[in-house]
Amino acid sequence: MTAPAVLEETAAESAGSLTVIKARHPGRWIAGAVVAVLLAMAVNALVTNPAWDWPVVGAYLFHPSVLHAVLFTVELTALGIVLGFLLGTVLALMRLSRVPLLASAAWGYVWLFRSVPLILQLLFWYNLAALYKQISFGVPFGPAFFSVGSMDLIGPVTAAALGLALHQAAYAAEIVRGGFLSVDPGQLEAAAALGIPRARQIFRIQLPQAMRSIVPAAGNEIIGLVKGTSVVYIMALPELFYQVQVIYNRNGRVIAMLLVAAIWYLVLTTVLSAAQYYVERRFGRGLARALPPTPVQRVRRILTVRRAARRQRPAGDGGGRR
Amino acid sequence: MSAPMVDVRGVHKSYGPLEVLRGVDLRVQPGEVTVIIGPSGSGKSTLLRSINHLEKIDRGYVAIDGEFVGYRRSGDRLHELRERDILRRRTQIGFVFQNFHLFPHLTVRENVTEAPISAQRRPRDEVEALATELLEQVGLSDKAGAYPRQLSGGQQQRVAIARALALRPKVVLFDEPTSALDPELVGEVLEVMKALARSGTTMIVVTHEIGFAREVADTVVFMDAGQIIEQGPPGLVLDRPRHDRTRAFLSKVL
Repeated sequence: MTAPAVLEETAAESAGSLTVIKARHPGRWIAGAVVAVLLAMAVNALVTNPAWDWPVVGAYLFHPSVLHAVLFTVELTALGIVLGFLLGTVLALMRLSRVPLLASAAWGYVWLFRSVPLILQLLFWYNLAALYKQISFGVPFGPAFFSVGSMDLIGPVTAAALGLALHQAAYAAEIVRGGFLSVDPGQLEAAAALGIPRARQIFRIQLPQAMRSIVPAAGNEIIGLVKGTSVVYIMALPELFYQVQVIYNRNGRVIAMLLVAAIWYLVLTTVLSAAQYYVERRFGRGLARALPPTPVQRVRRILTVRRAARRQRPAGDGGGRR
Repeated sequence: MSAPMVDVRGVHKSYGPLEVLRGVDLRVQPGEVTVIIGPSGSGKSTLLRSINHLEKIDRGYVAIDGEFVGYRRSGDRLHELRERDILRRRTQIGFVFQNFHLFPHLTVRENVTEAPISAQRRPRDEVEALATELLEQVGLSDKAGAYPRQLSGGQQQRVAIARALALRPKVVLFDEPTSALDPELVGEVLEVMKALARSGTTMIVVTHEIGFAREVADTVVFMDAGQIIEQGPPGLVLDRPRHDRTRAFLSKVL
C-alpha cells in the first residue's frame, strides 16, 4: 500500500465536509449531439420535401370515408381479438385437460390454423359457399331442423371476422397455455388442499396470475392484428388500407394517402400500448412489493422534487458553492 | 379408547418402483398433537399428503372422524370419489405448506376468506368476522390489507396458518412449517402453533424442531424408510428411544 497522501489531514477532512464533484461524461454528450443532428435531419427531410404532400394528408386525415374505414378496422380487430381469445382460452384449457382426445384435438387445431397463411384462410372462408352451398342445423349425421344458404350466413364481413378470429385463436391458445404453465404448481396444490372448487381454482387462482405473462404477449397480438386486418383488403372490404387504395387510385396521391393510413395505424397502436401498460399494472398487484409509478405519477413526482429543491436552496447553508 | 380423529391403517404408497410408504398405521385422538420426525426421504411428508389425499395411496385407508378421505365404502370395496367430493371432504382438513403457497394476487384477508366462502359456502359476514379474529390470533391484524410478498416469511406462514384455520378443520396438518424460514423467524411461527396446541386443536406436525416436539407433542412418531419405527410420549421416544435407528437420528439432530 502506497498512499501517504491520505495521511495529510486537511481542515475540511477533519470537519468531515469534503465536497463531492460528479464525474464528467464527454462521450455521452457527443453521442447525444450526433443523435440530435440525425433527428433534425430526418424531421427536415419529412417536412421540407414537397413530395410528401402534407396538405393532401391534412385534407384526407379526417375525411369521412377514411374515418369509416378506421372504425371498421377497429371493429375487425375487436372481433378478431375477443373471439380469438375466447376460443383460444377454451383451446388452452382443452390442451391442459386430462382427457387425451381433448388435448390432441386442441393440438391439432393449433397446428392447422398456425400452419396455413392467414390470407389463404381468409380466401377459404370467403369462398365457403363454393364448398358447402348450405349449412344445416340438426342432429349430427341425422335429420336437419333447418338450413341456410352459406352465402346468406357468411357474408364477406363475417368471413373476414371469422377468418381473423379462428387464426388468432391458434396463437391465443398458446399464449394462454403458456400463461397457465407459468403459474407455480404450488398454487394449485394449495387451492386443492383448501378444497376450492375446480372452476374457481382456474378463474380465481390460476388465471389472474397467468395474466401477468399473458398480457404482454396478448398486447403484441392485438397490435399485430390492428395492422393484420389490412390483409382483408383482398376481400374488397372497406378497412383502412383498402380505403386509402381506393382513394389514391382516384386522385393519384399515393404517398400522401399511404401516410394517412400510417398515421392512423400509429394512433391506434399508441392507444393500445398505453392501455396495455395500465392493464399490466392491474395484474401486477401483489406480485411486486410496490407497483411502478404511472407516467403521470412519475411526472408529478419529478415536479414536486424540483419544487421542493427550489424552495430549499435559499434557506440552505450554501454548502454546494463553497 | 375413544374413536380416533385421524385413523391411518396399512397405508402403502409407491412412486414407480420406489416404495415410499410401507404399511403405516397411525391413530390420533381428538385434541392431540402428534409430531412426526425422521430423516429426509423417510416418507413423513408423503404420509401427511396422503392424509388429505393430495397423494393417492395404493393400499390401506385413511379416515378422518370416521369418514374415508377420497373414497366411499360399499362392502369390501373402496370407490374413489369424484374430484368435487374429494374437494368437499378436504375442507375438514387444514394443511400448512413448507413454502406457504399463499395466493400472491390476493390480500392477506382475501387469502383467509377465499376457501370458507367459495368451498364451504359459508356466509360472507361470518367469514369476514372470523378472518379478523384469526388474524388477531396470529398477531397480524394490521396486515389484513397487505399482499403476501410485502410480508416476511414468518408473517406469511402465520397467514397460511390463519388460512387453514378459517376452514374450521377437524385436524390441521403442518408439513415442515418452519423449514423455509430464516432462523430468527422460526420462533414466531412456533409460538402460534404452541398456542394452537394449547387450545385443543388436533394437529399432526412434520418437523425437525425437536424442542417443539418435546414441549408440545402428546405423541412423537419416528419414521424411517417408509415405516413407523416407534411412537410414544416425547419423554420416551426422545429421551429413551428403544431403537438404534431412532438413537442414530436423534444423535445427529440434537
